[in-house]
Amino acid sequence: MINFTLNGEARQLDVDPNMPLLWALRDELKMTGTKFGCGVAFCGACTVHVDGFPARSCQTFIGDLEGAEVTTIEGVDTDAAKAVQDAWVELQVPQCGYCQSGQIMSATALLADTPQPTDEDIDAAMENNICRCASYVRIRKAIHRAAEIMEA
Amino acid sequence: MLHNLRKHLADPVVQPSRRGFLKLSAGAAGGLLIGAAVPLRSAAQNAQTTELITPFVHITADNKVLVLSKHLDKGQGTATGLATLVAEELGAAADQVEADFAPANVELYANLAFGAQGTGGSTAMPNSWEQYRQAGATARAMLIQAASSEWDVPASDITVLDGVVSGGGNSATFGALAGLAAQQQAPSDVTLKTPDQWKYIGKTFARVDVPQKSRGSLGMFGMDEQPEGGLVAVTARPPRFGAELSSYDASAAMEMDGVMGVFEIPEGIAVVATNTWIAMQARDALELVWDEATGETRGTDELIAEFRALLDQPGSPAEPRGDAAARLANAAQVIEADYFFPYLAHASMEPLDMTVLYDGASAAFWGGSQLQTTDHMMAASTLGLDQDQVEINTKWGGGSFGRRATGDAHLVVEAAHIGKAWLDAENEARPIKLVYSREDDIQGGYYRPMTLYRVRAGLDTDGNIAGFETRIVSQSIISGTPFEQFLVHNGVDHTTVEGIAPTPYSIPDMSVDVHHPQVGVPVLWWRSVGHTHTAYVMETMMDELAEAAGRDPIEFRLAYLDNDPRTAGVLRLAVEKAGAVPEGLHRGIAVHKSFDSYVAEVADIRMREDGTVKVERVVCGVDCGVAINPDNVEAQVEGGLGYGLSAVLREEITLTDGEVDQFNYPDYTPLKISDMPEVEVHLVASTEAPTGIGEPGTPPIGPAIANAIYAATGTRIRELPLSRHGLA
Repeated sequence: MINFTLNGEARQLDVDPNMPLLWALRDELKMTGTKFGCGVAFCGACTVHVDGFPARSCQTFIGDLEGAEVTTIEGVDTDAAKAVQDAWVELQVPQCGYCQSGQIMSATALLADTPQPTDEDIDAAMENNICRCASYVRIRKAIHRAAEIMEA
Repeated sequence: MLHNLRKHLADPVVQPSRRGFLKLSAGAAGGLLIGAAVPLRSAAQNAQTTELITPFVHITADNKVLVLSKHLDKGQGTATGLATLVAEELGAAADQVEADFAPANVELYANLAFGAQGTGGSTAMPNSWEQYRQAGATARAMLIQAASSEWDVPASDITVLDGVVSGGGNSATFGALAGLAAQQQAPSDVTLKTPDQWKYIGKTFARVDVPQKSRGSLGMFGMDEQPEGGLVAVTARPPRFGAELSSYDASAAMEMDGVMGVFEIPEGIAVVATNTWIAMQARDALELVWDEATGETRGTDELIAEFRALLDQPGSPAEPRGDAAARLANAAQVIEADYFFPYLAHASMEPLDMTVLYDGASAAFWGGSQLQTTDHMMAASTLGLDQDQVEINTKWGGGSFGRRATGDAHLVVEAAHIGKAWLDAENEARPIKLVYSREDDIQGGYYRPMTLYRVRAGLDTDGNIAGFETRIVSQSIISGTPFEQFLVHNGVDHTTVEGIAPTPYSIPDMSVDVHHPQVGVPVLWWRSVGHTHTAYVMETMMDELAEAAGRDPIEFRLAYLDNDPRTAGVLRLAVEKAGAVPEGLHRGIAVHKSFDSYVAEVADIRMREDGTVKVERVVCGVDCGVAINPDNVEAQVEGGLGYGLSAVLREEITLTDGEVDQFNYPDYTPLKISDMPEVEVHLVASTEAPTGIGEPGTPPIGPAIANAIYAATGTRIRELPLSRHGLA
């Protein structure tokens, strides 16, 4: 039995401790905002926050989460998250949208740490969030826009 | 809502033979369904109804306008485009409009370019342009008639603006009038707005899916289906295409907690479990012996050698012009070049999935269906059911790029086999979601065909083209599919040669011939299909010919575009907007017509110190007729060239002894944010009917970059991807 905090609520999970957080979220808790893209921590579609840091939930194991605070796209509601989501809508970022939960979680973590990121900061933070629709032009603009929204 | 429509469509009152309400007229594909307001209920039901339900538009009592998209939206924005057309003619407020997908029903929802329900070839908006505007205008007329009778005001005195119907001092929302509108006779003819009256078309209409896609996309994708009692299936498939199962031992898998069953199906061995991870673990625990006798055992090197041998032999001719051989024999100079394009995977972000619920008497499927009609037919025939016993529920597609449009409906068929195996094992019917892992996706075939070219192009003493011969060796995408009779003629698969036979360039003496070798690797259309290689060959060769002729590459192209002002127009536009080449950068240009749209791309690249290419900026000129949603057109061109750039840089599927060498994204490396150039998109203002935009941004990027690399290094790149040359 693992005890952890999920989107601010205490949760208990009785599953194989080797189960990746991704599949515990999606198939045990039926929380599908966190997406399955590659399963090998390469594409970033499954990005969540663990203790405030971005983590690939497909390679984060339930057995390692005792006492951890996990935030998913369903629960993220910081000022940075709101700014990012507003900027995403304003600049019409998503195309197919499948990667965007992960993009938003990574962008939110970047802005929490670096409120005024440069293009180089954005490349570094977002390099491992793949978008096959190549919405990257707008992701970059929307992160800069979210920084403006936060400053205002 | 959709459930209600299905219920009504299944109602005996509206069996197809009695659909007197369908207004059919001669159209491109056997009749144009006017977007009529359809009394889908009996008169008694109508008297009580509070909604206006038509095939394409529902207006609910709570004042929502739901537009039913007959097309899959896998990111290209079609659902929003169709909603824009309806909202425009209906007079709706943008924020009351929602979109959902129509059920599989070829009579109501055929793509008028295909005669079957499906999405592809960048046809979604062109084929719907009249139909969905008429649907909106018809619903508007019904609302006006309802208001006229309710208020006793002449219809000519009633106006509709931003979701409010007004006249004679009265006003009402759509929702308030919907029930009464449903009782009105649908007009036989409607007058569409003129372009000067447009409020949304060509202006701004925010995407209907973006807010939800910015908040987790809950409930949108097939992969996220989590029905009550639902299970997950993964399948172990043969490591070589076409191989068959010899024997297996599932005892270790069956012992794992959460495994509900292991079934032999025609595709391999399916593991059904309560959790995707458990299903994958159990699949890994299977002991499998494959019979390779029927499998494809050739590797890429062997295939390339065989394809090369075919380059020496004449193939099936496609649309010859003049006498290329004679001109070449007398040419002042002749350029000869061979090209190579690898197999490519689509690698959409959402791995493939399809949920099935089969109870022996009926079946329902949920997933990103792109060819609903073939999925519907194949699901029914696989399960021995009539089509009216099978529902195909289309979900938003997490990408596709062509991958979900398969003539063999293999995904639905496999899900049907699993549903049937589950029921045959005397289980209670439960929804089962067939899931592909990323490895299943990358290794699963249905690739852009590996393609080889040989080109011989001549110049006369005046620097004009004197004969242009092209030979192509590429598997046919279409042969053996339901589309063969339409797209394969005299041994030439049109999707192989599109973009070069014919070419917009008025080259007088030109020949293209083709070999379509048989290979066991399944192939498929990949965003922009044949244009992915025809544009590359044509546009790099035009650059090379211009240089050999001592002429400016833009002037050289324009000299052969006298008869094609739209291709010439986007080329001039992109070049003008790009301005001077920035210091330290190198420029390449390309222009290509595909899917009736015209795109020119000017690429400025920087050579990094390590010898790799960084594409810094791409300036695009685009003519797609009326740009229904200009912002979405820009997004599609940004994404389309990004998708092409990804392939040009590093993407390649190879095989060794018939087995695919790549496994997952780490070795099938997609474009990353740091690879993405700045993109400027400039649209030609046009009153022509809209043409495709999902694909046309893709073809020009490869040759534009190749031409820029030549400008930088003096090397002509004739084999892709660039990573083969240390350039990426």
